[in-house]
Amino acid sequence: MTAPGDDAQARMWEKGGRPGREQAMVPKAEFGSYYGRPVIKRPVWKWDIPAYFFTGGVMAGCSLLAAGADLTGNHRLRRAGRLAAAVNIGASTFFLIHDLGRPARFLNMMRVLKPTSPMSVGTWLLTAYGPAAGLAAAGEVTGRLPALSRAAGLAAAAAAPAMATYTAVLIADTAVPSWHDAYRQLPFVFAGSAAASAGGLAMALVPTAEAGPARRLAVMGAAMDLLAAKQMEQGIGLSADPYHQGRAGKLDRWARRLTGGGAAAGALLGRRSRAAAVASGAALLAGAACTRFAVFYAGRQSAEDPKYTVVPQRERLNEGRPVRADD
Amino acid sequence: MTPEGNRLFGPVDPAVDAGYESPPRRVAFFTDTSVCIGCKACEVACKEWNLVPDDGLELLGMSYDNTGMLGADSWRHVAFIEQNRSAGHQDPGLEGTPAGPSGSSVVAGLVSEAIAAADAGDLGTDTGSVDVAGVAKGVPLPVLPAAAGNGRADLRWLMMSDVCKHCTHAACLDVCPTGSLFRTEFGTVVVQEDICNGCGYCIPACPYGVIDQRKSDGRAWKCTLCYDRLKDGMQPACAQACPTDSIQFGTLEELRERGEARVEELHDAGVTSARLYGEDPGDGVGGAGCFFLLLDDPEVYGLPPDPVVATRKLPEMWRRAGVAALALAAAAVAAFSGARR
Repeated sequence: MTAPGDDAQARMWEKGGRPGREQAMVPKAEFGSYYGRPVIKRPVWKWDIPAYFFTGGVMAGCSLLAAGADLTGNHRLRRAGRLAAAVNIGASTFFLIHDLGRPARFLNMMRVLKPTSPMSVGTWLLTAYGPAAGLAAAGEVTGRLPALSRAAGLAAAAAAPAMATYTAVLIADTAVPSWHDAYRQLPFVFAGSAAASAGGLAMALVPTAEAGPARRLAVMGAAMDLLAAKQMEQGIGLSADPYHQGRAGKLDRWARRLTGGGAAAGALLGRRSRAAAVASGAALLAGAACTRFAVFYAGRQSAEDPKYTVVPQRERLNEGRPVRADD
Repeated sequence: MTPEGNRLFGPVDPAVDAGYESPPRRVAFFTDTSVCIGCKACEVACKEWNLVPDDGLELLGMSYDNTGMLGADSWRHVAFIEQNRSAGHQDPGLEGTPAGPSGSSVVAGLVSEAIAAADAGDLGTDTGSVDVAGVAKGVPLPVLPAAAGNGRADLRWLMMSDVCKHCTHAACLDVCPTGSLFRTEFGTVVVQEDICNGCGYCIPACPYGVIDQRKSDGRAWKCTLCYDRLKDGMQPACAQACPTDSIQFGTLEELRERGEARVEELHDAGVTSARLYGEDPGDGVGGAGCFFLLLDDPEVYGLPPDPVVATRKLPEMWRRAGVAALALAAAAVAAFSGARR
């Protein structure tokens, strides 16, 4: 910090300061702030939200797998996909309502449909996707009305890719530097992570002979996730730093290890050994969960430190290119 | 509504854009910090009129500012900064006194350290304190210079009453999924508390960190620019209470003229650091409905130097998400192509 004040601090510590203490007292960065306080508010969302990002991704990928399995006559994969999707819909709905400050008012989400609010769009997406995927699962359990379950399953699969990616827009459409600046890459991170986790779950649930599509989806998803995360790291400047620090950094490192390791193990051993398929599926699921929590905490960390808000904006101004309406 | 429909960026009359057919003229605050005396009458008047609950009677240990920042229970916040700089041609009267240097930057160091050390859960939603005493333990008192000349010759106090900016393009309003946040006929942005379900989306959306969740009831709260008083032709409580007219209320158009004239006046008086903040309709939020005259960089007061409404990039975000969704669908198709059964 350069302000408030100036070099008074240095003078103040010329005499009498405890050795070693001065260093700690020197503010860490050269930028202006109000007593080091955050400029923007940290998101008030709790763990429910990254948990929902995870379960939402799993269910979306599972619906895609179930629909593909249905069309190709792979009954075991279809069954696993439909049931896993239904379980994750339940979990997702719980997380979304539980995180509200006023859970009893959840239905107020249905008052409007606002394209400018990704949360509103997501609510309506879930309203379309949830019952369809639920119907497909009900048909799977009861064995009745196979044509209706197929139609419902296909409808769920049609909505699924949007379910997996709108959450990236939801967090990017904020003033949180590490989320907003990553708006180009985050949808791909989330789509890849959804595919990897759903593929991983299906690999664990379905015998190896029937799990081929799940393995392929998991490997492609993991590749997309890791590639997009790499691009994000290189493309968003200062806002990438929180992804390497603190809790977010720890989670991010685990996300890469688990996703990369799980995908590699699944591709190499998943066909031969069920145990290996279960282990790599678990690693992929854990990796996807770590990815979502890493993104969540990176955003929080970037909101807590005024540096990430002030420095890029100050640089724009100093370089004479403030954001202008006529850009 | 404009012919091309609602727009996400650029100069626009927000009430007309929101669909009001012949709205009254847009109203605003012009907060002239050069005459703010830091009395906090605005904070008190706001709390009393709007029945805003207390947010803890805490001493933050950093300055005369014990409010800290705007939040659910602080809709006006008077910032306080001490600097070793002159205010125009004023004589601070320090010559010959054993006054030491300003402690502000030392305190700033302590506060930022305390914030870094604080449990993150205490921040953001809590406008209040961090444990400065904890990190300050063992920090000795500053050594005052024995004689004048060693200390400081210049001194100024910056005080600023911060408030919701009522942006032309308000991210909080754009992202609200329930329609609880709405644009009034006066061009201001107000939360309908009977609708808000506490989803919390508006909070990280605000580029100024204004709106926040009230912990005790879960909903989001902020300045309404005294919508109820406006309806009755009265000025907002803070402007009414301000004893120095630092907070001026009026139509945005007129206040912008007044602001420019005031900057000129201050420049003539030697206060070259005076500048307007948020008055430009071409800026990243389409111009703030509430703008300021500042005497230093915005970030010194805790304001973002070049704020941008997040929804500016929303069409591009949806496009990127669409491409990613297609990629996911393609991956699924590819996973099944070549499947034997």
